[in-house]
Amino acid sequence: MQAANANAAPADTTDYVTVFVGETMFGLTIDRVHDVFVPAGITPVPLAPKEIVGLLNLRGRVVTALCLRRRLSLPDRASGAAQMAIGLEQAGETFALIVDGVGEVLKLGAETHEPVPINLDPRWRDLSLGVHRLDGRLLVILDVDALLAFGDAGRDAKVA
Amino acid sequence: MDDLLREFLVESAEHLDTVDAELVRFEQDPNNQQILRNIFRLVHTIKGTCGFLGLPRLEALAHAAETLMGRFRDGYPVSGASVTLILATLDRLKAILGDLEATGAEPAGSDDDLIGALEKMASDDAPAAAPAPAPAPAAIVLPPPVERELKPGEVSLDELERAFMEAPGPDDFFAPEPAPAVAEEPAFEMPAEEAPEPAAPRAAAASSAAPASEGGEGPIAKVQTIRVNVDTIEHLMTMVSELVLTRNQLLEIARRHEDSGYKVPLQRLSHVTAELQEGVMKTRMQPIGNAWQKLPRVVRDLSAELGKGIELVMSGAETELDRQVLDVIKDPLTHMVRNSADHGIESTNERVKAGKPARGTIRLSAYHEGGTITIEIADDGKGLDLAAIRKKAVERGLAPAAEIEKMTDAQVAKFIFHAGFSTAKAVTSVSGRGVGMDVVKTNIETIGGVVDIATELGRGTTFTIKIPLTLAIVSALIVKAGAQRYAVPQIAVLELVRVDAKGAKEGANAIERINGAPVLRLRERLLPIVTLEGLMRGQATVEEGEVVESGFVVVAQVGRQRFGVLVDEVFHTEEIVVKPMSSKLRHIPLFAGNTILGDGAVVLIVDPNGVAKLVGQSAQSGAVAESEAEEVEAGDAKATLLVFKGGAGGFKAVPLSLVTRLEEIDAAKIEWLGGRPLIQYRGRLMPLVPADPTIALRTEGSQALVVFSDGDRAMGLVVDEIVDIVEERLDIEIAADRSDLIGSAVLRGRATDIINIAHFLPLAYDDWARGPRKAAVKAPSLLLVDDSAFFRDMLTPVLKAAGYSVSAAASADEALKALLSNPGIDLVVSDLDMPGRSGFDLVGAMRKAGGRLAEMPVVALTGTVGPEAIEQARKLAISDLVAKFDRSGLLAALAEIGEPGLARAA
Repeated sequence: MQAANANAAPADTTDYVTVFVGETMFGLTIDRVHDVFVPAGITPVPLAPKEIVGLLNLRGRVVTALCLRRRLSLPDRASGAAQMAIGLEQAGETFALIVDGVGEVLKLGAETHEPVPINLDPRWRDLSLGVHRLDGRLLVILDVDALLAFGDAGRDAKVA
Repeated sequence: MDDLLREFLVESAEHLDTVDAELVRFEQDPNNQQILRNIFRLVHTIKGTCGFLGLPRLEALAHAAETLMGRFRDGYPVSGASVTLILATLDRLKAILGDLEATGAEPAGSDDDLIGALEKMASDDAPAAAPAPAPAPAAIVLPPPVERELKPGEVSLDELERAFMEAPGPDDFFAPEPAPAVAEEPAFEMPAEEAPEPAAPRAAAASSAAPASEGGEGPIAKVQTIRVNVDTIEHLMTMVSELVLTRNQLLEIARRHEDSGYKVPLQRLSHVTAELQEGVMKTRMQPIGNAWQKLPRVVRDLSAELGKGIELVMSGAETELDRQVLDVIKDPLTHMVRNSADHGIESTNERVKAGKPARGTIRLSAYHEGGTITIEIADDGKGLDLAAIRKKAVERGLAPAAEIEKMTDAQVAKFIFHAGFSTAKAVTSVSGRGVGMDVVKTNIETIGGVVDIATELGRGTTFTIKIPLTLAIVSALIVKAGAQRYAVPQIAVLELVRVDAKGAKEGANAIERINGAPVLRLRERLLPIVTLEGLMRGQATVEEGEVVESGFVVVAQVGRQRFGVLVDEVFHTEEIVVKPMSSKLRHIPLFAGNTILGDGAVVLIVDPNGVAKLVGQSAQSGAVAESEAEEVEAGDAKATLLVFKGGAGGFKAVPLSLVTRLEEIDAAKIEWLGGRPLIQYRGRLMPLVPADPTIALRTEGSQALVVFSDGDRAMGLVVDEIVDIVEERLDIEIAADRSDLIGSAVLRGRATDIINIAHFLPLAYDDWARGPRKAAVKAPSLLLVDDSAFFRDMLTPVLKAAGYSVSAAASADEALKALLSNPGIDLVVSDLDMPGRSGFDLVGAMRKAGGRLAEMPVVALTGTVGPEAIEQARKLAISDLVAKFDRSGLLAALAEIGEPGLARAA
């Protein structure tokens, strides 16, 4: 059965860009990733939601930088530590997802896919689409739309 | 949806808009074959394309409309009813096109009603429709009726006249002008094959006389254009911004390297980039006529609906502005024109009765003026009923009645921008519900525009809108607060003031604190200060411990609110490209957007409106009252009052300007001499007077005193406790019948008695009020002119104490009367800011009156001292301008005039 699946694989594999936050490896579907770059010159925005680290200039476009660590309620990285940014797009707006590092692109099929474990922190659970079993480690697939769906919802809740 | 269909939709929508406008023109100028041919061609194109694309419903409708228009071309008379029918057909076409765009398919449905009506009208015999002649605008100067032999098929004027009289008139509101319209009839009645050629010269003559054709003769000359997607232009704009940025970086590098071979091409690049930027900016510009296109139709429909004759005259349609701005003003403009048509223009009957032309005119014009565009919407209607507006404003409690009384007409007119404000007696489907005008104002203000109203009862109303040319690029001040830079739009910045705590003693500006709240004295006014850093932490107030000692204060004004924003450094001004905030950040009121500076850094653009909202409770409340900041403020100057507790726990207040000092003394030091309490104060004896009979002097602890002094005399007013210093507008609400009180007012929400110092001074020194030092000389007689009873009461004792015999007048007219009737008056102290005739008017009248009055010394009191006021004062030979609360300044000014001046005058 596994063999059959492996043969059929090329048809339904997905390419994921892997990123790291601390020791955890996350995957983002490649069609949502527009850019990978080293973030520099971030302008903090006072009074902004805590997930937003600020604005940066990406080739003449103003991009909203958003920290994956804060989004996942993880502690901030040590100052001076290396960081990378993934350019994402949603509804015509560009966002930069700040991560600790960017790894290779993986082509993965459905056979290694697992649903999100139910015992996962609910904040993580809401942001992931599933987990892939890889050799020796796990890859958490991030839901890009859920990742970018903050602020508005929070505000609405407050208003209501 | 395939590309062909998409293109068809865009093209057809444009064609239909043109047909709309042209038809209205045609209705007014039915002889203009050129317009008709143009309409015919456009409808024909639509019909043809529909057939090609397989859209039967559209095709059938367009065909029916074309048939009727074909009859027009053949000389069938153009009636209001037929044009209405065609316009209705066009609306149906548009609706179908809208569905087509949304769903990609023609919606199901039947158009038999319209097609039937169109066919019926087209097949009707000419005589039946003839009695409904084309509406001929009254203003048209018609060529004299043609005197010649009738051609075969033509009808004589008499016959037509008779047919007209006999037929029932369906469009009777056009009826008042039958004769001139009939005079043109021969043209319609010509045999079809002859029609185009002989009609042409006459058409030209008629159209040149028609005011409606001001927009230009016939279709505007074809310009070579291509259709470009807006996104493409936006993208181009972004790329150009990036190019500018890169160029700036290159220039920066070039400055550091002394390589001249590199500099020349760089310079070239720099020029090309600048030109490219300008070029791309230009592509974003659109003629304002695009926003006007629908208006002729709107006005035509309204005039039919309301039964009024209305002419829309447009000029300056080619004026260009940024398409973003255009989008924002499109709806407000339409609304304002509708409003003018409904409320502004009177009914035909009323107009005739008022001796005006039966048809009303709405004039829409646009032109460039500096960096802004001015749009005027003027009607020749009845004008705003300011009395009704005043009444309504009072009813709705928008402002106190007394305040509204004092407002200028322009200020009163602005009440119509208040939400829910309408004086229309009847609500029509068009307007009168009081919604809209507030939205108009808000829309215009969001893009940094202003609206003004000029109105004259019976003559009409003119709305003037001034808007910036573009939103994309603004001039901004780059400042630094904390570690970050921000851009502040220059439009809100009044001035920059350097503040330095250390320099305070040398006369430099320094920030002072009242109960921790930082303020800055700026030309005799207190300016509330916020720090930009504090704002960015979400605090509108400055914390106690915070260092706000030095830096720059950016003085900003939003509406009526004026405030200072303290920043650490000010760099320079820069033309910045405004980029919108991310959707995740748009809720932060402090920012209007962001931009990329020349060095590539992203900075946030501070929104002065947002800051103002945080500074005051609200910049929006009483929006109307605050819009005319300067004028209103001059009218009701604020008074700074010292509030204390005196007697039975009640609050009392006295103008701070009269107070010399506040003291806390040791109660044990109070001595009694001759039954009166005294203390030794600065080496002299100072009498103490309780502010209220119920106040008992303390025997131990400390006693609070308010010290008043004049020359070397001083008096201590005994109070229970000093509470506060407030700056508020003073409305004496209840006049007291006690001589120690002037009246009561509400200060900071508390009922407070305003005490009358004139009552207490004689209690301390029997002779104080009699001007002892000048007792030997005849007291000069002074006329005090002030509209406020409070100030008259306040200043009279002060002036009397200074040795003048004082009479008072409440207005310029009253003062003039007093001056003319009483030759004993030696000098005048006048307030400048009075309702009706101002102080300047008074002095002007005095100078003109000649003789004694022409040379009489005048000291003017004013709330604000501006360069213009000083200039005017100089012209009128006013001896001195003194701030209204500056008592010592006033006395000094009077002393300066002194004996010689008075002697000469006397």
